[in-house]
Amino acid sequence: MTSAPAVEFQGIDKNFSGVPVLRAVTFSVAAGRTLGLVGENGAGKSTLMNILGGNLRSDHGRMVLAGQPYAPGHPTDASRRGVAFIHQDLNLFSNLTIAENIFLTSFPRLGGAPWIAQRRLHTRTTQLLHDVGLDLAPDTPVERLSTGECQLVEIARALSVDARLIILDEPTTSLSARETDALFALLRRLQAQGIALIYISHILEHVRQLCHDVVVLRDGAVVAQGTIATFSTAALISAMVGRSLTQLYPTRHGAATGEMALEVKAVSQPGIVRAIDFTVRRGEVVGMFGLMGAGRSELARILFGLEPHASGEISIAGQPLAHADARRRIEHGLAFVSDDRRHDGLCLHASIADNLALVSLRSHARGKFKLIDRTGWQRAISRIREAVRLTAKANDDQPVQTLSGGNQQKVALGKWLLMSPAVLILDEPTRGVDVGAKFDLYQLMLDLADRGSGLLVISSEIEELIGICDRILVMSQGEIRGNFRRTEFNRETLLTAALPRETQT
Amino acid sequence: MRPRPSSPGILVLRQAPLILFAAIVLLFGALAPKFLTADNAINVLIQAVPTAIVAVGMTFVLLTAGVDLSVGAIMFLGGAIAGKLLVGGQPLPLALGAILAVGVAFGALNAVFVTRLRIAPFIVTLALLFIGRGVALTITQTRAMNLPDSFLQLGATRIAGVPLPLMVLGAVVLTAQVVLMHTPFGRQIYAVGNHPANARRAGIRTQRILAAVYIICGFCAALGGILSLAQLGAVSPKFGEAYEFKAIAAAVLGGTSLFGGRGAVFPGTVLGAVLIQSIETGLVILNADPYAYPVVTAAVILIAVLVDSVRNTALSRLTQRRIRVDA
Repeated sequence: MTSAPAVEFQGIDKNFSGVPVLRAVTFSVAAGRTLGLVGENGAGKSTLMNILGGNLRSDHGRMVLAGQPYAPGHPTDASRRGVAFIHQDLNLFSNLTIAENIFLTSFPRLGGAPWIAQRRLHTRTTQLLHDVGLDLAPDTPVERLSTGECQLVEIARALSVDARLIILDEPTTSLSARETDALFALLRRLQAQGIALIYISHILEHVRQLCHDVVVLRDGAVVAQGTIATFSTAALISAMVGRSLTQLYPTRHGAATGEMALEVKAVSQPGIVRAIDFTVRRGEVVGMFGLMGAGRSELARILFGLEPHASGEISIAGQPLAHADARRRIEHGLAFVSDDRRHDGLCLHASIADNLALVSLRSHARGKFKLIDRTGWQRAISRIREAVRLTAKANDDQPVQTLSGGNQQKVALGKWLLMSPAVLILDEPTRGVDVGAKFDLYQLMLDLADRGSGLLVISSEIEELIGICDRILVMSQGEIRGNFRRTEFNRETLLTAALPRETQT
Repeated sequence: MRPRPSSPGILVLRQAPLILFAAIVLLFGALAPKFLTADNAINVLIQAVPTAIVAVGMTFVLLTAGVDLSVGAIMFLGGAIAGKLLVGGQPLPLALGAILAVGVAFGALNAVFVTRLRIAPFIVTLALLFIGRGVALTITQTRAMNLPDSFLQLGATRIAGVPLPLMVLGAVVLTAQVVLMHTPFGRQIYAVGNHPANARRAGIRTQRILAAVYIICGFCAALGGILSLAQLGAVSPKFGEAYEFKAIAAAVLGGTSLFGGRGAVFPGTVLGAVLIQSIETGLVILNADPYAYPVVTAAVILIAVLVDSVRNTALSRLTQRRIRVDA
């Protein structure tokens, strides 16, 4: 290659209050190629990309963009130089239209006048939406779009500033398989136009599908780099975690007992789910597989009492409680870890201790005035922290939002440990979590089952369900379409059962 | 599978503010036929002008998820200073300029505290409410001050047959509507209200936007104050009191969210201000106990906010994504 790389990092160092986060990071990305940036949560990927995107400044080292020195002080500097950053939690405004989102800081104007040239806004947006293959009107409000469509709007925004380098952070975590395919096809078209891509993901399969080159970060340093073909997936994982992971899933010791933990009989809600029938016994780990939009999360919310259901019965530990609210269900031993930990699972601004104590707080109230027994509370928190293997670096009073995704999920799960629930429903428990933390989370789930909880694990990853479950239910179009025992586990069968049928009854 | 909300239930919910407005007008019309005359309608409209203008400024602030409690104090302080100037023999334009200057200065002060010192808007503007009123009470020595006739004439002037206050309101609403809906600045206000952190990441200068909305709100409060003084003809020690409540209520009645990012000046806020004035005028026509006014007004606002919250819950349920087709 003769032309200058799209971007070069030369010895980038970054400290956060004395703790080194990036150490002498050096690598380059070639124009028209895609570089996969992988590493565990907290390895420094986000920090590095925030430096590239102009959100942070490095302490030492320099960057060269298309042969020119590059030191952005603000995100606008980055976009002016043709660098676009598509964040994992998309950067769109739900109250504005597609066109307004794309041109928010670069509206076409009428001559020198301060107002927006609506017609030009419309035509330019139409063109960009056509380029990314999104068949929607430019004035559609963004709140009506699916996550996959939002992703395409973000890319359209990158194209609108004529980006030569696009950073994508975990773009596929909430996309369906079809949306992922469409996204990859678009990204390949962009590569062909000479645009360089940096692709961050924990889904190594996707990195392998899309990327030419790969850089592995561990503890803020580059530990491996080269063309993707030279790495096996196992080699990538061992570079990421710094040891070879012989096992991706912990060994299952316990087994289901005879006692019922959760019984669901003929639960229906028009337009959402129909005739849902299944059971989870104590000590059993039941998986629930389905494609995006199959109704799994909606069912979980109905089971937990957050959404209503028109008919059917739900019993927890033998107690029927069809129309009890979430609070009463918790008292009966039901626990729920939502797929949206930022909104439903955690109080992001509150401390680790407060989050962990949330569910069991009342059991620490002592005396006539129900004051909180601080020492007992503290002991309980340390016990959970140990049990979930929360990073030792974090203080109890540190806000949860400062933790990495994996550690946040450990807190969201950990808060239920003290009440040893009869039933624990987990919705996408390992989404956006790195390999090392995943293992800890699986271990924690199996430990809970061994101690007598019944688990319902909802996931879109067939592999992980096959890895940890005793039984897998398959859901599609709001119905249960299959119930497979461990001996019947097979990727193809599960996936076939999950595909929607043309005609509905 | 995109929700296509079209059922009559959803339509009713979406138009809740308008329906509430019609209900109030019809109720007063039934109780007092005089209420439904054209004369009364124009009277209500003119009376509503000060509240509407202050509420337009308030809408800018509410759209960023902020609040400005100092609007009534700005009106009072501006009026007090203008009164002193006029009593001292200064010309009317100077007095009007002084009022607007007080508004912009207070807005700028609010902006500095909110954007530079990062103090919560509620606290900053509450403090400025008391400071403003305190200073104004000192200036007026807590006595009412009569304004010269020239001031009252402002309210009575007609241009091409249209009363001046309505002209001013029209100009303010038109400008605000164009700014909010058709300028980059306006759309960025909505973005900041929707998600401030994302707005910063998207390259919007959020602090500048925030500063601007408080200054706009201060200016509108001062302008509303001038038009209110032109109707009253005097600066009493109670002038401008409870205007923050009326302005916020007008905006909320018109569908502006207190959480930012949602709402509009027209018809929303203007409709809200006219609704509040309709209630007051209606009660006057009915000869109701004056002490009952605030109770009735507050009750209607509470109902409106309740309807709004019920509506949002119901709308989100009705427009929920369907997973399967059931009869």
